[in-house]
Amino acid sequence: MSKKLIAKNVNVFYDQTHVIKNVSLEIDANSVAAFIGPSGCGKSTFLRLYNRMNDLIEGFRKEGDVLLDGKDIYRNDMRVEDLRKKVGMVFQKPNPFPKSIYENVIYGLRIRGVNNKNLLDETVERALRQSALWDEVKDNLKKSALALSGGQQQRLCIARAIATEPSVVLMDEPASALDPISSAKIEELIYELKSQYTIIIVTHNMQQAGRVSDTTAFFYLGELVEFDTTKKIFMNPSDTRTQDYITGRFG
Amino acid sequence: MNKISINRFKDKAFMVFGVFCTFFGLFMLAIFVGDVVLKGVDRISWEFITNLPSRFPEKAGIFTALMGTCWILFLTAIIAIPLGVFAGLYLEEYGKRNRFAAILEINITNLAGIPSIIYGLLGLEIFARVMGLGQSVLTGALTLSLLILPIIIVSTRESVRAVPRSLREASLALGATKWQTIWYQVLPASGGGILTGVILALSRAVGEAAPLIVVGALAYVPFAPSTPLDEFSVLPIQIYNWASRPQQGFVINAAAAIVILLIVTFLMNGIAIYFRNKWQKKIKW
Repeated sequence: MSKKLIAKNVNVFYDQTHVIKNVSLEIDANSVAAFIGPSGCGKSTFLRLYNRMNDLIEGFRKEGDVLLDGKDIYRNDMRVEDLRKKVGMVFQKPNPFPKSIYENVIYGLRIRGVNNKNLLDETVERALRQSALWDEVKDNLKKSALALSGGQQQRLCIARAIATEPSVVLMDEPASALDPISSAKIEELIYELKSQYTIIIVTHNMQQAGRVSDTTAFFYLGELVEFDTTKKIFMNPSDTRTQDYITGRFG
Repeated sequence: MNKISINRFKDKAFMVFGVFCTFFGLFMLAIFVGDVVLKGVDRISWEFITNLPSRFPEKAGIFTALMGTCWILFLTAIIAIPLGVFAGLYLEEYGKRNRFAAILEINITNLAGIPSIIYGLLGLEIFARVMGLGQSVLTGALTLSLLILPIIIVSTRESVRAVPRSLREASLALGATKWQTIWYQVLPASGGGILTGVILALSRAVGEAAPLIVVGALAYVPFAPSTPLDEFSVLPIQIYNWASRPQQGFVINAAAAIVILLIVTFLMNGIAIYFRNKWQKKIKW
């Protein structure tokens, strides 16, 4: 398998605080990688390196390289707007726009000037089908997205993220604000989406990481302690800190 | 009395005092409004609104002053709204959090506290004399724009700040530029609050007399302005002028004009409240 995302000796600072310490990590195409670790360990910060959302934070500074398909995403002629089309993101709390379901899905196309009605209609159906929401909303596409349940809203956010046909989808604790049934649906969805997208999921839920991911990275105090197949991490971790964390002895 | 009953008594006393404080202002306003309405309501007629000023109280009308107020309102709105809203957006969305920004912020807040007559002097010097606009409607509108600019900036900033970060992140993460995020998400979400601030600021401008007297608005103008460079009067100045006349007839005219001015400002406040409620219903997080 080809390496989709490569991070080489990455350090991140917020002003003087050193939050990511010399992390190198390679993620395969069409795989699901889980980032686990206690709160404040830097896993969300690391996730946000891939679509440069950290750039918005004042005092953010990065050293080292982050490559997508072999190309540095922090290079000067890389426009973040183009990068974020290729690397979609789903947030912890569902954050649909206060607009219709339809308008939510096509937002990524609208802002790029796509107005072809047929193309937009097709995109809405494809994205909603892929995010397993189509059957529930197909008759109410003009309804406000805020009228949906939390789980539906989160699947809408996934549909919105994949509508621009990215190759990578970042998910920052996508199921943590949802009930168990909605959460299970999101997990199923991640499994389905893997054939077309490379997915990175940050999660606090060990069982979830174990169920959905192919590889798992354990972060602790800004360091990457261990990165391996999920099976290895959960059955036979090399580092005692990983062992302690996944068995719930700390964190 | 034991400790508990003393505390309960204090509790009651505080409540009574609070009620008194709440109703004091309202009560005074009610007395005043009642007084002017009783005095002036009979004088209000279509002729009173459409007649030109006159030295005979029963023939005098507020037409020129009302038209002047409309002109001032319109020009002030088109000058102050874009300036204030975009300044507020800039400060909140683009401005960096540093010492310069802090100084800027304090100064804008200070501007809101400057007595309006000072703005009048500023307008007289800069707009009327240096820019050569004279005692025109435009001079008045520019002066009032300066006066209400801080109010619009502050209310824009507050409304924009209330837009949740998650909404901005959602837009940016889909590859929207900062401007697209502001235009498609932040402005619609904060529009109700911005509009409320704008309308309240404009209704303040409608009631101002002092800065306009300084820039040279006249109490007696025989014609309604037809271009922005014409001389003008406004309702508060007309009221001030009539109220200071010795004849009883003009005092009644003043009361009637006050009623009209109050109707205008209450209407504007009503519109502000209507839009705020409508907007809030549409957007919930």
